[in-house]
Amino acid sequence: MSSHDLSSSPAPARSSCRSCWLAAPGLLWMGLFFLAPLALVFAISFASRGTYGGIVWELTSANYLDLWHPLYGKILGQSLWYATLTTAICFVLGFPLAYVIARSPARWQPVLLLLVMLPFWTNFLVRTYAWMILLRQDGLANSLLIALGVVDAPLELLYTPTAVVIGLVYGYLPFMVLPLYVAVERLDPLLVEAAWDLYASRWAVFTRVVIPLTMPGIVGGSVLVFIPSLGSFITPDLLGGARSMMIGNLIQHEYLVVRDWPLGSAVSFVLMAIVMAAVALYYRHAARTTGPLEGR
Amino acid sequence: MRRGSTGLSLVSSLAMVFLYGPIFVLVLYSFNAAHLSMAWRGTTLKWYAALWHDEALLAATENSLLIAVISTIGATLLGGLMALGMERMPLRRQQIIEGGLVLPLVIPEVMMGVALMLLFVMLKMPLGLTTVMLGHIVFNIPLVTIMIRTRLRKLDPALREAAADLGANSWQVFRHVTLPLLRPAIWGAVLVAFTVSLDDFLVTFFTAGPGATTLPLKVYSMIKSGVTPEINALSALLLVMSMASVALALHLQRREV
Repeated sequence: MSSHDLSSSPAPARSSCRSCWLAAPGLLWMGLFFLAPLALVFAISFASRGTYGGIVWELTSANYLDLWHPLYGKILGQSLWYATLTTAICFVLGFPLAYVIARSPARWQPVLLLLVMLPFWTNFLVRTYAWMILLRQDGLANSLLIALGVVDAPLELLYTPTAVVIGLVYGYLPFMVLPLYVAVERLDPLLVEAAWDLYASRWAVFTRVVIPLTMPGIVGGSVLVFIPSLGSFITPDLLGGARSMMIGNLIQHEYLVVRDWPLGSAVSFVLMAIVMAAVALYYRHAARTTGPLEGR
Repeated sequence: MRRGSTGLSLVSSLAMVFLYGPIFVLVLYSFNAAHLSMAWRGTTLKWYAALWHDEALLAATENSLLIAVISTIGATLLGGLMALGMERMPLRRQQIIEGGLVLPLVIPEVMMGVALMLLFVMLKMPLGLTTVMLGHIVFNIPLVTIMIRTRLRKLDPALREAAADLGANSWQVFRHVTLPLLRPAIWGAVLVAFTVSLDDFLVTFFTAGPGATTLPLKVYSMIKSGVTPEINALSALLLVMSMASVALALHLQRREV
């Protein structure tokens, strides 16, 4: 498929934009392999499960009602909790980092930003695996804690909710730093100076000047961390135990283990609804300053 | 930032240690001669050597490369054409398509994986290398389109107008003006698509079926079946590869300016 399509494609009826047809193959592809599958998942979430897995096309809302079962509620609740906690920790770590980068000499800024982003571009499985080595019973984290005299016996670190949140923070911290950097960079240092000169306390400067003025970056970074954390699969799968399952693991479990596709589809759509709400929040408050969502 | 700047630097140094510490430890331990314990038993390259003799691993690498090459070519063609086609569309339609292109980037990958799996099962397509490639093209098209569109928007329209005024037809304008100007962006997109495809786990996990093991699937099963020193070596190699491709992509971007 090359640009020869230009001449062979039929002219559109109304507009005379022949080159617009170049977009057709790509759009068709996305329709067929992206929108159609999503529509299929949506349809199946209202169907019933057959006796041996499979699907029976009977319209029902039972799958969504099943989600109120305490077990699913617990997984949903703890996923939201882990994602929120991850977002908060990323903010606490990421804000100082973004601030220092934005206030460092101009020629250093791109280098420092690159250093923050570089780990993100490496294989996610590998980065998660690195934490398995660190958090093992005989891993470096435990050796360090024992050597420092913090604990006497090795702690159970791996396969806990703590490990999951550490893994998530590690995976998505760069997403917090980038929008915050953009926001801090635009913050006029004179405004902060003025607050100091007026004898504002350090806390007042932070909460009444810095935070309000960098709000778009804070919202942007938080959404960019929250979305992938909430939908994560690899991190809870490798670092978490059976008790720290998240929505992503539940979906995988329902599809591949239990083979209850309708229920798995319903869970998927609940997850998608939450994600879409977060995306809407992003576009309302942050897109103007930090650009469209393009990270992955 | 005068007051409180030591605190800020301290936290940001800690954050940097947090980002690079685990990677560093992983690479370091890939050279550790000890088999099971974390204690240091001297430097060795034997885990790297072992990788070369792992037939299954080499087969997985071959699959991964094949999938990455085909899906990158597919996504670059479809995404590149899409970027070109969108240029002349009414603004409103461009915005709608752009909004739609963001969707695959933000929806949870698990969901994309199960959705594709369902589609292939419904269409009675056997899961394998082909279905993985089809899936990888889906998540790479938006990346390519966005990257090439960004560059296309920065081009000076006068250049193409001048060529047209000098009698070039639309194909000649594309071939001799637009394409050369887009080249760095296209190569950048190729590199990104290739890296993302090579690294993808979830979409592959759901669309691969039993026969088509890729490198990330192999790494996953190795991790799941127990920690061995070979994974450390493999992981270190993958880390170095990703970093090298990022460096190359940045180099290309710099030339673009």
